[in-house]
Parts: sequence; structure tokens; C-alpha cells
Amino acid sequence: MTSQDVHFYQVGSFAVGNRLLEQEERTVQAQVDRTNSIDSGHRACQGCGEALGARYALDAAMRATNGQIVAVNATGCLEVFSTPYPETSWRIPWLHSLFGNAPAVATGVAAALRAKGIEDVRVVAQAGDGGTVDIGFGCLSGMFERNDDVLFICYDNEGYMNTGVQRSAATPPAARTATTKAVGAEPGNTFGQGKDLPRIAMAHNIPYVATATVADLHDLERKVERAMEFHGARYLHVLVPCPLGWGSASNETIHIARLAKESGLFPVFEAEDGVVRSVSPIRRRVPVEEYLKLQRRFAHLFGPHPRLDVIARIQSMADANIERYGLVSPESLEESS
Amino acid sequence: MKLPFAISLDIGSGRANHTGSWRVERPVYVDRLPPCNNACPAGENIQGWLYDAESGDYEAAWRKLVEENPLPGIMGRVCFHPCESACNRVQVDEAVGINAVERFLGDLALEKGWTLPKPGPDTGKRILVVGAGPAGLSATYHLRRLGHRVRLVDSASHLGGMMRYGIPAYRLPRAVLDAEIARIVAMGVDIQLDHVVHDVEQERHDGKFDAVFLAVGAQLGKRVDIPAGDSSRVIDAVKFLHQVADEDPPLLGRRVVIYGGGDTAFDTARTARRLGATDAVIVYRRNRERMGASGEEFEQALGEGVTVRWLSTIRKFDGDRILLEKMKLNGEGFPEPTGEFEELDADSLVLAVGQDTDLSLLDHAHDVTVRDGSVEVLDSMMASPSGIFAGGDAIPAQRTATVAVGHGKRAAHGIDNFVMGSDSVPKVRNRLASFEQLNTWYYADAPRTERPELERIRRQTNFEEVVGGLSEDNALFEARRCMSCGNCFECDNCFGVCPDNAVIKLGGNMRYEFDYDFCKGCGICVKECPCGAIEMVPERN
Amino acid sequence: MLRQIEGSRAIAETVALCRPEVVCAYPISPQTHIIEAVGELVKAGTLTPCEFINVESEFAAMSVAIGASATGARAYTATSSQGLLFMMEAVYNAAGLGLPIVMTLANRAIGAPINIWNDHSDAMAVRDSGWIQLFAESNQEAADLHVQAFRLAEELSIPVMVCVDGFILTHAVEGVDLLEQSFVDAFLPPYEPRQVLDTNAPVSIGAMVGPEAFEEVRYLAHLRQLDALERIPEIAQEFFEASGRDSGGLVRPYRTDDAEVIVVAMGSVLGTLKDAVDLRRDLGERVGVLGVTSFRPFPSEAIRDALKHARQVVVIEKAFSIGAGGVLSSDIAIAMHREETLLRTVVAGLGGRAITRRSLEKVLDDASDNELAPLTFLDLDHDAVDRERARMQATRRSGPSAENLLRDRGTVSQKADA
Repeated sequence: MTSQDVHFYQVGSFAVGNRLLEQEERTVQAQVDRTNSIDSGHRACQGCGEALGARYALDAAMRATNGQIVAVNATGCLEVFSTPYPETSWRIPWLHSLFGNAPAVATGVAAALRAKGIEDVRVVAQAGDGGTVDIGFGCLSGMFERNDDVLFICYDNEGYMNTGVQRSAATPPAARTATTKAVGAEPGNTFGQGKDLPRIAMAHNIPYVATATVADLHDLERKVERAMEFHGARYLHVLVPCPLGWGSASNETIHIARLAKESGLFPVFEAEDGVVRSVSPIRRRVPVEEYLKLQRRFAHLFGPHPRLDVIARIQSMADANIERYGLVSPESLEESS
Repeated sequence: MKLPFAISLDIGSGRANHTGSWRVERPVYVDRLPPCNNACPAGENIQGWLYDAESGDYEAAWRKLVEENPLPGIMGRVCFHPCESACNRVQVDEAVGINAVERFLGDLALEKGWTLPKPGPDTGKRILVVGAGPAGLSATYHLRRLGHRVRLVDSASHLGGMMRYGIPAYRLPRAVLDAEIARIVAMGVDIQLDHVVHDVEQERHDGKFDAVFLAVGAQLGKRVDIPAGDSSRVIDAVKFLHQVADEDPPLLGRRVVIYGGGDTAFDTARTARRLGATDAVIVYRRNRERMGASGEEFEQALGEGVTVRWLSTIRKFDGDRILLEKMKLNGEGFPEPTGEFEELDADSLVLAVGQDTDLSLLDHAHDVTVRDGSVEVLDSMMASPSGIFAGGDAIPAQRTATVAVGHGKRAAHGIDNFVMGSDSVPKVRNRLASFEQLNTWYYADAPRTERPELERIRRQTNFEEVVGGLSEDNALFEARRCMSCGNCFECDNCFGVCPDNAVIKLGGNMRYEFDYDFCKGCGICVKECPCGAIEMVPERN
Repeated sequence: MLRQIEGSRAIAETVALCRPEVVCAYPISPQTHIIEAVGELVKAGTLTPCEFINVESEFAAMSVAIGASATGARAYTATSSQGLLFMMEAVYNAAGLGLPIVMTLANRAIGAPINIWNDHSDAMAVRDSGWIQLFAESNQEAADLHVQAFRLAEELSIPVMVCVDGFILTHAVEGVDLLEQSFVDAFLPPYEPRQVLDTNAPVSIGAMVGPEAFEEVRYLAHLRQLDALERIPEIAQEFFEASGRDSGGLVRPYRTDDAEVIVVAMGSVLGTLKDAVDLRRDLGERVGVLGVTSFRPFPSEAIRDALKHARQVVVIEKAFSIGAGGVLSSDIAIAMHREETLLRTVVAGLGGRAITRRSLEKVLDDASDNELAPLTFLDLDHDAVDRERARMQATRRSGPSAENLLRDRGTVSQKADA
């Protein structure tokens, strides 16, 4: 934990709350009066990481702004499972327009607020990875470039889950999806160059870019809070495991997100003005297998004829992240060697 | 606002959709038995009192502690803490220093003058407790709380039994011992010292006691047959330590050999060093792995200059020289002679090869069964249907003060049932909280705080307490290392990690409830509960 | 104040008088001059408060307008042709959400072949989107229509598209009497949204609606368009009473009362048609013109009424449905439902081809001689078409028709080896 000292409390800053912590050190989620921006009754699958991530992020934003949040939502799971007529699960002002235009709609909201001289209301736009890295990418880049006063949150579950688990540009190599089936000589998704949106966002030199997972609530909330301290375009990329699409047990959602970070496959960091300011170091490093083997989308890499070559390539991706972001401190590297 | 039909919706409408109907398994909150509690011979609710200590409410913690054990200051010093051996935290880093926190609470209570609970309403029942060691004192305490009158008799001139006459002051300062005993005495106890009970039936009859608790201990040092010259100074450890406690230590000379491998051997060796012995050599027939003494005491003794001759047996003592025969362990681990001999200079030999119980007071108690020098008892500690109960070192069990305290408590409840004519209700024990049920990710990395030890040089020459106590900060730290195995400690994880907001936080130490209208049964709360206090059960149809 | 002014500028200045709070645009010919001028007015501080957002695409432009409108701001944008198609998903969305955005559509043909010149294909492509579509005959009307458009949109919570012929109007400099700010302020009350993103009264806008309510949602949108049929003439009348100018309305009949032949059209071609009709009238022919200002909602009753005595109706359209025929014509056929009236469609002015008075005269001649085919393509070069057809039959790889036609005409040079 770079940003928070680990206290000697039983659970330190890892658990949601702790009766021993000062109120202000507890998470928003520990508070009985949290907004529950997305409330009970939504139709997300059991163990949905996105439902969780959205509540985490928006409740934190609500606290950071004293309840002055307007949300724009791209089409996708989050939109569909939250607002099927005649029921909505949102407790905040919320607008859904289209799949690919959430950043631009948010720009419009922000512009309207500015024109009306409303300064305390802040705009959050949210989308899945498809709505962010693929179909919404043009609008997102435009919003970044103009530095519109919008916090854009991508809930990355690495595929088009709403339409039945098809591949997106955020789908990892070798992962099985409905459009990259686990058949043939090279089953699953191809090894492409990846589309590292946090770094693309950083290349726009926007004030704030951060990644987070649903496994570290304190970190996620702090980043939302930090993001709200800036005006201009901000980007938060949250990894949200999808039990349905990833083929994982519904109770593993947080655990898998944690392994994504602890393996180095999903680097957790924050950047200001295009420069990385802090990283969340790996606490208990694990090989990528530990992350992969909990997910049926990677099942073809294991079994009687394991694809050690593919696993090694994925491991090298994790290793590259660890090196790029310095996710493992030199001391602990020595210890492990 | 009159909203456009269907396109726009009012907030709060989603709660009409009860997603709980999707569920095939439901989470339920459970309390499991923490391994420390399970291992505690005194039956302390360790996790429970640590919970209070964690929040700095030391008085509440102490009160929860003395519900079961009235001697925390003593236990915090002399208990061999099987709780720590059982502690799940061993598998994360190191066991929680339960014993040190217990001592901290015990000492704080003495400092603050906290008093034990008041005696219960008088039942008019009279109980004779024979022996004022840990078992007898514990029984007295619990009997008084139950409202029974207690006469506590002991052959010695002070209360405390082996805690006073067997445990050296550098391990258990007399001030602590006296103060904790005084607190029990203050509950109103009829005490008779320097009183030897020769016939328990007679004593009971004369005093019209409704029941008797025998806690006479094991006061007789065992002898082994060692050829020794007339001038040789041979003494048994029990007597030696008793005399030291009476501040009348026997002269042992500069070179003292102690025969045995248990805690008494080490207590003797360390006491001898303090009395001026330059050499305190322990001779033991087996090796270190098979030694009975605790590791802590062993390390402390070595630090104080005590030496050990492993795999050796004493064949002869002729005044200033001991003949040793080297031993080897056979396949079953038993020592066998090798025929190799060595000599060792010695001014005196102390035998620390075990203790026996003097049960002559039971000669006329015909319905009490004595086997192998120990009194046979039921689970209730009942030794005879006529109302004789027994505990402590006098019954077949591990001979430790903590075990004795546990016996005293159990006997008190057994006696209560007996004299009040009530049936004992077997206590439902929760299932054990195993390490596998924990999610240790959530526990901060926090290595254990060791208690400070007196500088070695100082402790070799006096009877000042060797092991210091924890500071408040450290005690708090240590308490907070507790993982609260199997018992909710309100970390809010379940409340926070539920994707469906289906956990209701009740607040104010009331923990949580599931909102089964919305819980989809995903099980994340179970998986992410640090202490394993939630489980999934199949949904009833 | 009457000024000699470019159409785009007149539109921009009128839009500014409407005090839009958010204007967003992406440049595309021939819309560019409009947004350039609005941008300049915002930048100069003439139009304030107003956020002028340079977006990265038309899709974003409409999306920004959606966000702004849902937040209770008066939102405006402008586009043309490809741009309209690129934002089409958002165009439908704005209507579906009932957001009163006003957009100027500088009408232009749709490629391929790429063509920047005027016709009505773009407007026709979104006729079913739920937007109100008003066609301006002149730059004066174009300017005036924007004020009425905002009023209409906000009253009914329906977006309004003001269709202005690209180049012909947008780039034409002519006299336009621009409104006064006080006039517009009085005519156009502040925007009171029917639904708005408000932290004090949170709502969810844009729900997913299934089969159980979707048809009702659509029917309600239809009813609101029918409401617009009432309001459009009323607002035009109100505008007339306040300004003395006859702008807007549903239809614009010209000398139709006793006409045997009535020509129906939309947009700037109406001016030329009126001149032609005047000439005919001078010769004693009973010819009239019916301008359709409101294409959506489609004023069936007004049209039926205007055409009820005509023997022949000729619809001149700047777009057609390939493989079917006239678009406006179909609507008119349904509106008239009179078998005894001859309905003829003339497709004209595609991709900016000039609709000359002479060609129109020919159409009128043929009409009065009952010689007009059911579907006529005005000034079509049949020889060129025949040659290309022959080429396509002879050679599989005959190349793109557009280039071939141009080559035939000598507009581009022949291939060296041809």
C-alpha cells in the first residue's frame, strides 16, 4: 500500500470497515448511510463484479461531492440489468443514451451545467470495456482531448458480456469467448498488441488516470475521491470479474480480481498529468496460473494437454507489467529469489 | 415530475424486484469455536476477551476473562498457553501473544483495583475445599459466585499451593500471587491454614459439609534409587523449591546437578543459579526433542547459564562426584544404556523426576477409586456419588496450573448441580473454526510483540521477575493481531462486498442480517469473510 | 432589420437570438458556415452563456446535445448528409428520449459517389426517426423557422430539424429581415424541461423497454407528432401576428384554389416553381403550387384539402427511394386517397443538379398534356445511362459507374489504354 499505511488493526486497510478505525478511515461502503447508488433488485448475475464496482465507485463519488453526482451510462450489462422498465435500481440522476456515446453525452451534461452556472454538480460517465475501448473510444478520446469536466469510469470485464460474451479489444489473449472459441490449433483469443486504455488516456495528458479492482475497496474509493479533486477529464479503469463470461464461481469475483492484481496481469496504479504517481505493489505474488485456472475461459490451457507455452506468454505479460510499473519492490524480489 | 412513459423511471422502483427468488443456497451467520478457546484448559473465552481488549476496553476484557478464570495475572505468567499453540495465526506469521495480553489485563486489574464479581445469593450450602492451589482457589471462586459457602483448608501456612511453593518468584512474583488470591478471599471464604486433613469423611462429617472438593496436588517428590555416599547431599526438587519459597533455602554448594527434564528441573536449576551456584547442570536421559519442559523456559535457562547433559543417566553420587552413563534412544525413543561412562563434579544433586500425590486422607472414603496414585473422576469431576469431587494434580491429567483452574471451575459447577439437585445441561459447543475457513488476506501483516526479558546478568542473581509485561500499546497491538476465528468482529466486509446490498448492518455491536428478499446467494460474503463466520446452506424449497 | 446576408449567417444569428446554452458541431459542407458563425458569436461573447463544443464527430455532436438537453439546457447543432447518417443512431435516440434539440440540416446528397451538393436524401433517411422536419423555402423562412422550432420542440418535447437546402440557401446572400432579441425573448419562453437530470430529484432517463410497453411508447410519440400538427400552424400564426411575416406552418398553397394541376415540392425549389406557375397563370392555365413545410409530422389533412380539386398532382422530389420511387409522393398518395387524381412523381435536382425554369416548363407542359410518366427523372441523360448499361453487360469489370459517366462526358480524362 503506497498510499496508506497498514495499521496494526486486525484487518488494517484491507477490509471494508473496522470498528477500530476512525470513522473517516473507514470506507464509504462501511457506512449504513451510503448512497447505494445502485440499489437492491437489479438483475445482475449472482456475484456480478460490475454491479459491485459501480456501487463502490458511485457511492464514493457521492460522498466526495456531497451527493452532487449526475451519471451517464453507456449501453451494456450495467444499463440493462439496472433499468428494465418499469423498475430502476439507480438512486442518483442517471441517463442512458447509446452504446458508444457516453463520453459525449457526459460532455453535454457538463457543458449544460457550466452554461447554467451550476458548479457543485459533477458528472460521471460509465461504460463497460466494449463501450470504452471499442465503440465508445472515439467519443472518449474526444472528451479527453477537450478535457471536459467528466470522470469516466470503465468497468472492465474483458468482453461483451451483455450480448453473450463476445470478444472485445479488452479480452485477454487465449481467453475463450463466443467469438473466439476454444477450438483449433490456437484456441481462444489471439495474442494481439492489446489496447491499454489507461495508458492511452495518459497519452492525452488528462489530469488524472487510475486503475483499480473490486478487490481493494479502500484503494478504489480513494482514487474516486482523488479524481473528484480535479476538474477536467479523468479516467478510472476498474477491473470487474464476470462470473458468467469468465466461467468463474460466483463467490470468486473479488478473489479473482485480487489475483489479477497480485499476479501482475492487472497493474494497479494512478497517474496525474500523464505521469505515473503511485502503484499498488504486489503483496503476495502469485504465478498467472493461479489466476487463470479459476476461470473456465482459460480451461483449454490446462487439463490433460496443458498449453505451457501459452501460459508462459501470459506470464511474460505479467512480468512485463511488474517491470514497467515496479509492482514488486526490489527487497521482496531479493527475498523471493 | 410527470415523467415520460416508460422511458424515464422514478428512483426506488427497482426494489419491487425481489431477486432473492434466484437463490439456491443462502448465507447464514455462524459462530464457530476459536481454536484458542478450544485449547484453553481453563475454558476461557479468549477470542471474546481479546475482542474487548482490541477496542481498548480492558476492564470489559478482564471481566470476560475472569468469568472463567479468576487468576489472569498468574496465568499470564505461568500458563504454558496451549491457546497459542492452537492459534490459527501461526499459519500466517506467528501466534497471537494471548498469554502476554492476559498478563497485561491481570496486572492492569491489580493496578486499577478492579474487583471480582460479587458472590451469588446465599444457598446455605457448605462446601469443603481441600487444597488452596489453583484448582482449590478456582473452585472456591466459582462456588462463591454460585452462592455456596466455602471452607478452604491447606496444610501450608499460605494460600497458593504449587503456585507459591513450586513456581519460583522470578516467574511469578509473590505480590501478584498474593493480590489475586486476596481478591478471591475478599469474596468471603472461611480459610483454615496449616491444617492437614487426615480423613476427609471425618472432616466432612464434623463440618457438616454438603460436598467436598479435593485439590490436594502432588506434593511428594519422586525418588529414584541412586547409590550415594552418606555425605552426599541429595534433595528432591519439590522440597527444595518449597524451602526457597519459605525463604529458608537449603545449602547446595557451588556445583548443583539436577536430574530430570521437566519444568521443575529447570525451575530448580535457575533457582540454584540465583542462589549462587556457579554450575547448574541438568542431567536428562533423553534428548531435547523429548524433553518435557517448555521451550521458553529452556531458552531462558540456557540464557542464564544453565547447562544440560543430554542422553545421560546418573549411576552413582559419592559426595563430590557423579558418575554418568551415556544413553542412546532405541527405535521407540526409549533411552538405553550404552556402557560408556563419564564423571561430573557436584556438590549436591536435586531430583526432579516427578511428583506423587498423598491420598491418605481418602483411606476411609471407600467409594472413591484411586488408580496409579490418582483419583478417578467423572466429567463433572465427581469422585464419589456421596459428593466428593477432585481435581488438579490429584487426578489423572496434565499437571499445570491452568488445567487445575479448569478443574476447579468444572468441579464448582458439578458441585452446584450436586448440592442443588439440578441436572447439568451439557453446553453446546460450536464447531471448530479451522484455518481453511479464514480469508487471511484481510489481516494486516503484523509480527508478534515479544515481551521484554530482564537482562540476563541481572536475573542470574536475583528473584526479580524475568519476563516483563507488555506496554499498553503493545498489548493493544497484540490483541489486535487476533483473527477472531469463527466469530464476527464487524469488519463490514459482508456488508460491503454484497453486489446486491442484501446485507443489513445493524450497528452497535449487533452485527448484520441478510436481506433474503434480495440476496441472490452468490456467496461472495462467505468467501470474503475474514474470520469464517458465514456459511452457505442449501435453500429449503 | 433587413440585411443582405448569407443564409448561414442569418440562421446562425437567429439561432443565437434563441439563446441556446450548448452548441456543438462538427464541420461538414455545406453546414460549416452556420456553426462557424455561431462559434464566433459565442467566442466574441455576443451569445452568452453558451458552451460551444468542438466535437470529434457528428455522432458526438448529437450526443453532446442529448446530454445537454437532458440536463435542461437549450441545445443546438447542425449537420448535413454523411454527418447526419453518422449521427443517425443518436438522432433516433434524441427523439426516443423526447429531448427538444433543434438541429439545422443543410441538405446535401449522400454518397457514394461522394457529392457535397444539395438534395433531400439526407432528410429522407431520418424521416422515421421521430424528429419534426420543417423545410425552409427561403433564407428568411429558414431563419424564422428556427425560432418557431425551439418553441415547438420545447413545448412538445420533440426534437426539430430545420431543413435548409445546402448551398442554394446556406450560401446564398440575399435580403433577410433578422428578428430583434426582444422579439425572440417574448416569443420563446425559457426552456422548462419535462424531465431533467437533477440531483435534488433523481430520475433514471433512458430505460430499457420490452415488448410490454414499446408499442405504447412509439404510439405516444406518434400522438405527440399529431399534437404538433395542431401547434405548428398556431405557432406560425402567432409568429405572423407578432412579426407580420408568413413563415412556417404545415403547407403553403400557392394559387391552388382552382388549379387543375398542382405541383408539390419542398424547400428552395418552390421559388422557381412559383415563378413558372405565375407565367402559366398569365397564359390562363389553372396551375398551382403546394409547398410542404412540415414533412414530419406529415400534414395529410391539409394536403388532402389543398389537392382536393386537382386533376393532376405532380410531386417534384429531391430524393427518391431507390427501387421504389418518390418518398413524398407515397405520403401524398396516402393522404389524398383519391383514385381519380393523377399522381406523378418527378425526381429532380439530385446531387445538386440545377432545376432550371426551362425543365420545369417542360414538366408543366407534359402535365397539361397528360404525358408525364408516373415516375420521371428530370433532365436524365438517357444516352449516358444506356452506354453504361451496355458496358456493364459487356464487361464484368466495367468499373465504377460514376467515373464511367464522367469519362463519357469528358469531365475526367480517358484512361490511356481505353
